[in-house]
Amino acid sequence: MALSAQQIPRWFNSIKLNCFITATQLKNPFPRPGKTLLHGFSAQRQTSSDNCFLQRGFKTYRTSPVWNNSSQSTKSSRQEINSAQSTMLPFMNEQSQKTQKIPNFDSELSLEGLDDVPPFSPLQPVSEEEAVQIIADPPLPPFSFTLRDYVDHSETLQKLVLLGVDLSKIEKHPDAANLILRLDFEKDIKQILLFLKDLGLEDNQLGKFLTKNYAIFSEDLENLKTRVAYLQSKNFSKANITHMVRNAPFLLNFSVERLDNRLGFFQKELELNVKKTRELVVRLPRLLTGSLEPVKENMKVYQLELGFKHNEIQHMITKIPKMLTANKRKLTETFDYVHNVMNIPHHIIVRFPQVFNTRLFKVKERHLFLTYLGRAQYDPVKPNYISLDKLVSRPDEIFCKEIANASVQDFEKFLKTL
Amino acid sequence: MGTAGLARLHGLFAAYKPPGLHWKHLRDTVELQLLKGLNAGKPPAPKQRVRFLLGPVEGSEEKELTLRATSVPTLTNHPLVCGPAFSSLKVGVGHRLDVQASGVLVLGVGHGRSLLTDMYNAHLTKDYTVRGLLGKATDDFSEDGQLVEKTTYDHVTREKLDRILALIQGSHQKSLVMYSSLDLQTQEAYEMAVRGLIRPMNKSPMLITGIRCLHFAPPEFLLEVQCMHETQKQLRRLVHEIGLELKTTAVCCQVRRTRDGCFTLDDALLRAQWDFHSIQDAIQAAAPRVAAELEKSLRLGGSQQPPGPGWQEDEGPAPL
Repeated sequence: MALSAQQIPRWFNSIKLNCFITATQLKNPFPRPGKTLLHGFSAQRQTSSDNCFLQRGFKTYRTSPVWNNSSQSTKSSRQEINSAQSTMLPFMNEQSQKTQKIPNFDSELSLEGLDDVPPFSPLQPVSEEEAVQIIADPPLPPFSFTLRDYVDHSETLQKLVLLGVDLSKIEKHPDAANLILRLDFEKDIKQILLFLKDLGLEDNQLGKFLTKNYAIFSEDLENLKTRVAYLQSKNFSKANITHMVRNAPFLLNFSVERLDNRLGFFQKELELNVKKTRELVVRLPRLLTGSLEPVKENMKVYQLELGFKHNEIQHMITKIPKMLTANKRKLTETFDYVHNVMNIPHHIIVRFPQVFNTRLFKVKERHLFLTYLGRAQYDPVKPNYISLDKLVSRPDEIFCKEIANASVQDFEKFLKTL
Repeated sequence: MGTAGLARLHGLFAAYKPPGLHWKHLRDTVELQLLKGLNAGKPPAPKQRVRFLLGPVEGSEEKELTLRATSVPTLTNHPLVCGPAFSSLKVGVGHRLDVQASGVLVLGVGHGRSLLTDMYNAHLTKDYTVRGLLGKATDDFSEDGQLVEKTTYDHVTREKLDRILALIQGSHQKSLVMYSSLDLQTQEAYEMAVRGLIRPMNKSPMLITGIRCLHFAPPEFLLEVQCMHETQKQLRRLVHEIGLELKTTAVCCQVRRTRDGCFTLDDALLRAQWDFHSIQDAIQAAAPRVAAELEKSLRLGGSQQPPGPGWQEDEGPAPL
């Protein structure tokens, strides 16, 4: 944009100064000092255009911000500087910001005093080339509740969408959205992505991971590497670590100390040996990232309320790790029905812990159907024995055909009589 | 899918509510499944926006710049940026069923909710099967309530039960006429009353238009009740009162709605069928029947008394 010095309005200088002040105050990795604003808007690098700072209040419509992948060489982009505090987030409706700025601005004006640049009038004739080079795109909104307004102007956001990150979920957390807006793809995001790929995450899994754990961008790469090294030192294989990180995205946000504490907790609480604990954690990684209170409570429930012995609980948990985080009320209701109504003793329930993982209505419906047919035999020594896992884990068609010896229509008719 | 699927979703359908499930959970499950089906369609084609970009003039050697309108792809309408196309759906419930009751529950989707109001205003009767157990009395008239009394029931016979039921039906027949606020002195009203076609078309207490015993094997007995303006708790209280009339006590084990308006057990969708396509098919299948019935009741509603419950005339209850 070839604006001559004369055409720059007098008050523009004040903006320049203001921006200069705020830019140097900010500890941001953005290279452009405010000075370049004055000396024309030379074509900037593509990548630096990701820094969408949003400006408050006064902006000149002659030089609206333009960030575009497919830019022309003489594209000008404008760096808009934030308000005075670097931590202020454009998502909040900070009216106070605006009011703070304006007195600042006035003081700047008065400081200017006599300027040697003559005032610029909009009615001044402009040459054809300059007219063509006026960019009059609508300005970006300074604050918004959605990332949709900024996605076309930010390369970071576009690349994240192409990776598969769900921005509509991220924008529900304003801090996360602000963080993502401020990041530079080349500098920050790329390193983390390469690290995740080294871990073993596939390209198509990156989107899902980042949607859940956007906070990984604020983690230090060295810390992440230390945590992975710690897990490897505990004899988790590389494939295991990939599986764990994929299923529990927040795993690497936990410090080494915290991970250590949690692994120790599971080992002590369940009294399993190291190998079994490792297998358990690999099978259900969210045990490490979730809260530990429900696990403690469930252990007490199994022991005291349901009356299982410790070795029985260990056996059930190694088979179905989900039992540790199951809902207490559903557990007790299921157990109550299976033990008291279906009259199944403890030692058979231990052999088939899947019943704790199924919905209660399924168990009830199928048991009532078998009772109606007279085939509800759950004692292994007697003939026509039906095992619990066949009862709960087979789909409806196979259950009806093989176990109940009836058709699916009969089952449906029976269900409508309940 | 998308808007085309949504267009075929407006209307009424019936679901079979199992016992132990709150009607609100059923409604929420149905809404989630419908939203899942609607959002499962293929995403919209990527949109473009027009931008005026600087570029050199074609066919000129100098560095002359001009603006050119170009279509650039935009991500503003990408599903990952703006979220799923449908985030909520209006599903309404007709005559509710309480937690322990089961049976036909009519739900209305979108514009079908106004049909729910029409169904309510048509004041149609509903069919229930009520299972009772002699010998016990509890505080909330159901089997799991707190036990109040235990009695013997050896003296109860089928004839006694039938007599009691006939008494009940007779007394409710009188109330039907009374609450209909119809002047019986006119010839038309008299003829309709003789044929048993009178019923109240506004609010009234629970009225039983027909009751009979399907099965009697003491201590259990099974009743079929045709009633209007009822709640399931009042039906359980009815079982309790029948027990009292029989000089014993009774509790209600099961209340199951078999018909609500023109929706019967055959039309009701089971839990495994609460998914987008089954519900859409059910709505489309039920639409003509519902329209015919509401139109019939509207047409005859002017003279206040559409054809009433045909129990006394034919073998089984005629749907109303």
